[in-house]
Amino acid sequence: MATAEATAGDIGAMAGYNEAVVRQFTIAATFWGVVGFTVGVLIALQLAFPVLNFDLEWFSFGRLRPVHTSAVVFAFGGNVLLGTSFYVVQRTCRAPLFGGPTLAGFVFWGYQIFIVMAALGYVLGVTQSKEYAEPEWFVDLWLTIVWVAYLVIFLGTLMIRREPHIYVANWFYLAFIVTVAVLHLVNAAAVPVSFTGAKSYTLWSGVQDALTQWWYGHNAVGFFLTAGFLGIMYYFVPKQVNRPIYSYRLSIVHFWSLIFLYIWAGPHHLHYTALPDWAQTLGMTFSVILWMPSWGGMINGLMTLSGAWHKLRTDPILKLLVTSIAFYGMSTFEGPVMSIKAVNSLSHYTDWTVGHVHSGALGWVAFVSFGAIYYLVPKLWNRERLYSIRLVNTHFWIATIGIVFYITAMWVSGIMQGLMWRTYDALGFLEYSFVETVEAMHPYYLIRALGGILFLIGSLIMVYNLWQTARGRIRDEKPFGMPA
Amino acid sequence: MPTKVETDSVTGTETTGHEWDGIKELNSPLPRWWIIVLWITIIWAGVYYVLYPTLPGWDGLWQYTARKDLSERLDAVRAGRAAWTDKLAVAPLEEIEADPDLLEFAIAGGRAAFADNCAPCHGTGGAGGPGYPNLLDDAWLWGGTLDAISATIEHGVRWPQDDDTRISAMPRFGVDELLTSAQINDAAEYVLSFSGSATDQAAAGRGREIFAENCAACHGESGGGNREFGAPRLNDAIWFYGGDKATIVQTIAKSRNGVMPAWGGRLDAVTIKQLAVYVHSLGGGE
Repeated sequence: MATAEATAGDIGAMAGYNEAVVRQFTIAATFWGVVGFTVGVLIALQLAFPVLNFDLEWFSFGRLRPVHTSAVVFAFGGNVLLGTSFYVVQRTCRAPLFGGPTLAGFVFWGYQIFIVMAALGYVLGVTQSKEYAEPEWFVDLWLTIVWVAYLVIFLGTLMIRREPHIYVANWFYLAFIVTVAVLHLVNAAAVPVSFTGAKSYTLWSGVQDALTQWWYGHNAVGFFLTAGFLGIMYYFVPKQVNRPIYSYRLSIVHFWSLIFLYIWAGPHHLHYTALPDWAQTLGMTFSVILWMPSWGGMINGLMTLSGAWHKLRTDPILKLLVTSIAFYGMSTFEGPVMSIKAVNSLSHYTDWTVGHVHSGALGWVAFVSFGAIYYLVPKLWNRERLYSIRLVNTHFWIATIGIVFYITAMWVSGIMQGLMWRTYDALGFLEYSFVETVEAMHPYYLIRALGGILFLIGSLIMVYNLWQTARGRIRDEKPFGMPA
Repeated sequence: MPTKVETDSVTGTETTGHEWDGIKELNSPLPRWWIIVLWITIIWAGVYYVLYPTLPGWDGLWQYTARKDLSERLDAVRAGRAAWTDKLAVAPLEEIEADPDLLEFAIAGGRAAFADNCAPCHGTGGAGGPGYPNLLDDAWLWGGTLDAISATIEHGVRWPQDDDTRISAMPRFGVDELLTSAQINDAAEYVLSFSGSATDQAAAGRGREIFAENCAACHGESGGGNREFGAPRLNDAIWFYGGDKATIVQTIAKSRNGVMPAWGGRLDAVTIKQLAVYVHSLGGGE
C-alpha cells in the first residue's frame, strides 16, 4: 500500500501536475480553519458572557460574527475546495492545470488577499451588511477577477483532458464554480458612493433585495457547501476505501435534480415575511422535493463502502469521511423539514437554525475536509503515511463529541426559545418576555461553547499531526484497530 | 484509457467501463425506494400547488393568504378580549381594583406589557437597579397612587417630546462650580448623617449649612424628599444611584437627571391602564 502511494506521487510529478499550489491551499485551509474555529469559540463565549465584548466595537460580537462565518465558509471551506479541485481535476483528467503555475499562483494569492481584505473590513466596520456577502464593492470586484481566473483554469483543464469522460467529482466542482460566480455577481451588485470610498449601496431594494440575498445565501449553502463538497466526497471516498462508486446512474440523476432544485429553494428563508405567498410556496415545495436528490449523494457515498465496511475499524480517515456523509444525510433531511412553513414558524429566528447550520458545517463540510486533508498531506509531501493514525482517531472522537454537544444544545435551546416566544396565558397575553427567553438559553450557550472548544482542540491535534507528517516524522505506535 | 466493463466481485454488479485515477463506477440501478420517495414529494408538491397560492394571482382552492390568516387570528384574539378591553377603556382607575375579574385581566395584560417594555430598565420582576427605581417598595419619586403611576407612564420623566412630562433638574454643583470639592464633601457627609452613616462628624456639621442653602428647597430640611419635584428622600436606607459616599459626591457634583420615555404615543390607553394597575399591584401602590 505504502509503495503504491509513493508510486502515485511519482506519477503526479512525472505527469507535470501542479502539486505545489495544492500544498499551498492545504496549508491555507488548515490555517484559516483554526482561525475560524477560534473566532467561533470566542463569539460563542461572547453570547454566553457579554462582558467578553470588552466594550470595544471592533471586538464586539456584531463585527466578529462575520469574521467567523467568512473564515470557516470562505477561507477554510474555500481553500479546501480550491485546493482539492485542483488536485482532483488534474488526476481525473490526466492533465496539468491549464494556464500553468502563474495563473494557479495568482488564484491562490488572489484568494488569500480577498480573505484578508474581507476580514479586515468586518473588524473595521466596513460591510455591506448582507449575510455571507458582507464585503464591500471593491473586495467583491477583486473576488470576481480571482474567481474568473479560477474558472478559466478549471474549465481549461477539463478541455485539455486526456480522459474520454469527465468524472462526476468535476461536474460538482464545475457547478459550484459557475453558480457561485452567478450568485456573487447578482447579489453583490452595488453602487459605490464614490470610487475613493469603501461605502456602497446595493442595487436591489425592499423585498427584491431580501429575495436576492436569500437566493444567494441559500445557494451559497447549496453550491459552495453542498455541491463543491460532494465533489470532494466523490473523489476521496472511493480513493480512501478503494471501491468503485456505487451507481453512475444515481450520480447523474441526483446531480441534475440537485442542481435544478436547489436554486429555487431560497425563499424558505423568508417564510411569513413581505415575500408574496406564492414565492414562499415555491421555496418550500422545492426544498421538500430536494430531499431525495440530496440523499442521492449520501447513498452513493455510503454504498460505495459495500464490501469494505470492515475498513472503518482500521482507518480513522474513512471514519471521518463516512461520518461526514451521515451528517450530510441528517442535515439534508432536517433542512427540508425546517422549510415546511408550519415547522418554520417555530424554528425561524431561533437557535435551531444555528444548530442546523452547524450540523452541516461541522459534521459534513469540516469532516469531509479533514478526511481529504489527511488523505492529501502524505501524498503532497511525499511521505509514506501520516505521522500518526491514532491521533486521527483521537481527533475524530473529540470533534464528534464536540459536534454532538453543539447541535443537541442548539436543538434544545432553539425549540425552547421558539416555544417560549409563542406561549400565551389563558387571557391571551404573552407568557414570556424576550429577556426571559435570552436568560433561559444561557446554559445551552455554555454547552455550545464547550462543544466548540472540543472541536477546536480536535483541529489543533490535526495541525500537529500534519506538521509532523510534513516534516517526515512517523510516530512509533501500534497499528490502529489491531487487537493489542 | 480503454473502456472495459468488468463485474465487481463483491456486489456482482457490472462497472460502466470508465476509470479515472483508479476510480471506477458501478452500473447499479437507481434505488427503488429513492425513486418512490422522490415521486411522493413531487406529488405532494402538486397537491399543495392546487390548494395554496403558487403563482402570482393564484391563491389556491383554499384561498389562503398569510396576511388574511394573520388578521383573522388577531381579530379572534381581539374579539375574545373585547368584553374586557371595552370595560377597561371606560373604567376609572380606582374602580378597576374593585372588580376582581377586571383586575385579574388588567394585571395579566400589564404583566405582559411590562415584560416587553419596562423590564429592560426596571428588571423582569420590577426590582430596578442602579439608576432605575425599584417598583416593589414604598419609595416613590413622583408618587405611588394609581393616577400618579399612570401619569408617569404616559408622559415619562424628563422626556422632551411630551409637554406634560415629569420634569425637574438638580444642578450640577461641581461641574458648574456652584460648590467647591470641599463643600461637596461636607454636604455628602451631612446627607449620610440623615441615615446615621456619616463617618466624619465635623464635615457633616459643616455640611448642614451647605445643605440648607442648596438642597433643602427640594429634598426638605431633614432630607424627606418632595414628590412635586421627584426629589428622592435622603433619610432612609433606599438609594436611587447608590448610598456610598463616593456615589453621593458624584451625584452632587454631576447631577443625574435620569430619563424615562413617555409611553403615551406608543402604547394605547388600555395598555397604559393595565400597566398602571400592574405596577400599583406589585407591592408599593398607595
